[in-house]
Amino acid sequence: MSAIATEAGLAGQVSRGRAGLIRQAIVERKAASLGLFIIAVFVVLAIAAPLIAPYSTTARTCAVFAPPSARHWLGCDDGGIDMLSEIISGGRISLVIGFVATLIAMLIGGGVGIVSGYFGRWVDITLMRITDYLLVIPDLAFAMVIADVWGPSLSHVIVVIAILEWATTARIIRAQVMSVKERVYIKRARSIGASHARIIGRHILPQVGPLLMANTVLTIAVAIYLETALAFLGLEDPSTTTWGTILEHAFDRAAVSAGAWWAIVPDGLVITLLIMGCFLLGQAIEDALNPRLRVAHLSARRWALRPLAGRGPDAI
Amino acid sequence: MRGADYVIRRIGFALLTIFIAITINFFLFRVLPGNVVSDLARVPHATPQLRHALTVEFGLDKPKWQQYLIYLRELVRGNMGISFATQQPVSRLLINDLKNTIPMVTIGTLGAIVVGIATGILSAWRRGSASDHVSTNLAIAFYAFPTQFLGLMLLILLGGLLPTSGMENPYAGVFGTQTTIARLQDIGLHLILPALTLLLTLYGEFTLIMRSSMLETLGEDYVLTARAKGLSDRRVVARHVVRNALLPIATLVALSIGWIVGGAILVEYIFSWPGIGQALWQAINQRDYPMLQGGFLVLAVSVVVLNLLADLAYFKLDPRISQ
Repeated sequence: MSAIATEAGLAGQVSRGRAGLIRQAIVERKAASLGLFIIAVFVVLAIAAPLIAPYSTTARTCAVFAPPSARHWLGCDDGGIDMLSEIISGGRISLVIGFVATLIAMLIGGGVGIVSGYFGRWVDITLMRITDYLLVIPDLAFAMVIADVWGPSLSHVIVVIAILEWATTARIIRAQVMSVKERVYIKRARSIGASHARIIGRHILPQVGPLLMANTVLTIAVAIYLETALAFLGLEDPSTTTWGTILEHAFDRAAVSAGAWWAIVPDGLVITLLIMGCFLLGQAIEDALNPRLRVAHLSARRWALRPLAGRGPDAI
Repeated sequence: MRGADYVIRRIGFALLTIFIAITINFFLFRVLPGNVVSDLARVPHATPQLRHALTVEFGLDKPKWQQYLIYLRELVRGNMGISFATQQPVSRLLINDLKNTIPMVTIGTLGAIVVGIATGILSAWRRGSASDHVSTNLAIAFYAFPTQFLGLMLLILLGGLLPTSGMENPYAGVFGTQTTIARLQDIGLHLILPALTLLLTLYGEFTLIMRSSMLETLGEDYVLTARAKGLSDRRVVARHVVRNALLPIATLVALSIGWIVGGAILVEYIFSWPGIGQALWQAINQRDYPMLQGGFLVLAVSVVVLNLLADLAYFKLDPRISQ
């Protein structure tokens, strides 16, 4: 019975294509819709920040470390600045860093993965040694070194995160491209004289697109995680307010010994919530793309996708 | 034969990665924009003569490839330069830091593995129950908590009960001598918060992986056979399921090493634990480039080596991998 149902389900899924599959996965899974909802709320808050934030983030509006009250829902920080306003506008920059870094990482990772998987040979060997290096290197230590050598600034943080996070994506896309490239229709396209650019654009890109999407969502979580860690270590432009620098300030200015939990807890929870949202959504898309993984467990590393194709040496 | 091939290939890859790490480490500091060593010559009010003298003294007038060869040669001899801040050899300082980092990170990581495996087994065994839901959701939450946030939370919650900073009480030996046991006790107390933070940030992932690995193994035919033989539930799980379900944990440990190091840096910073992460942070603040370069290299090489060990351990556990 259930086997028949699954087959019918699969047939339906095939006819709708992969993009439809993702939509269906989000609608059908509570966790996925919840994840999407969380991300959407944060995006809206970030866009509308100047309208929503109740107080200024530069001017003093209350006493130093004033506890939460009816006027200041989340209390105030060490400079007498409203916490709620800080978190709302801090989310703006954190999200920009997370999204832009992820976009760059996806472009590099997708590009490298496709080129590497499609052309193979020495191109593949060279590019894969670089990804090997990036995959084992301790992310945070590397980011600290580069951020320090280049100097603290928003764009540097974005570039550092992008450089560090494309490797996993490249590996997964490469594995998928290697399997797609062997399919009959690609061989036929080549035999009728289609150029490499056309084959990649028309036949390979649509096959790896949804995979890139799932990976994008998961990478946003890693990017924001790294941003907050770098900011916490004081490696971000000190004049900007992000979710990371809010925690840094609280720690630096002894919010702990002042008992000002409101300078730490809400901000930490907001970061956690966004990361969880990305995790839930990313996992659901991944499961939808790759039903075999619904029970499998060989998760590559934190927040990373598992390759659809390729076992053994290709499976990272 | 194939097994030996596999081992040799893994070792080769590890050596190649270490070589890439050393090379990138060199170029990161000397060739990329923001050339740091040239900062040395940028002392305020420095005369051109002094600048030139400094450049020659540090060998910066030589071509890049020659500097690179010198760097390689000195590394092979174990020379990582002299720390700007303390004027002591970087290698000696780093060995001291590693001695402090290793126990803390080992205890935290092993704790995370044990807790993760235990909760994962219980979750899978009582799947669908309330305790399974609680444990799985907790695991996801801890998996998403930023390390620094968890550390700060523990500081708030337990800061009054346990020492929150450093590795031992600096005043303990001031009045009279301190016995070794008392000192170890003191260090142990200081170790609780950093190790616990690391444990909590890491364990969630182990729980989730262990749970799904258990569920998958529970569906295998040999589990059914074991049941059919009339073995008790406890025996089936303990002898037949857990052992096989443990394999992915080995992979996960190997793949998480980079993350563990990242977590350790944050934890050491929060609790002022005098380890290599703290040293890295201090090096950045004091513009102590030899120390930063050395510390990063040591971290990178340790991750590669630990990865290799985990790979080889996995091969020992599951020889099928080489086929």
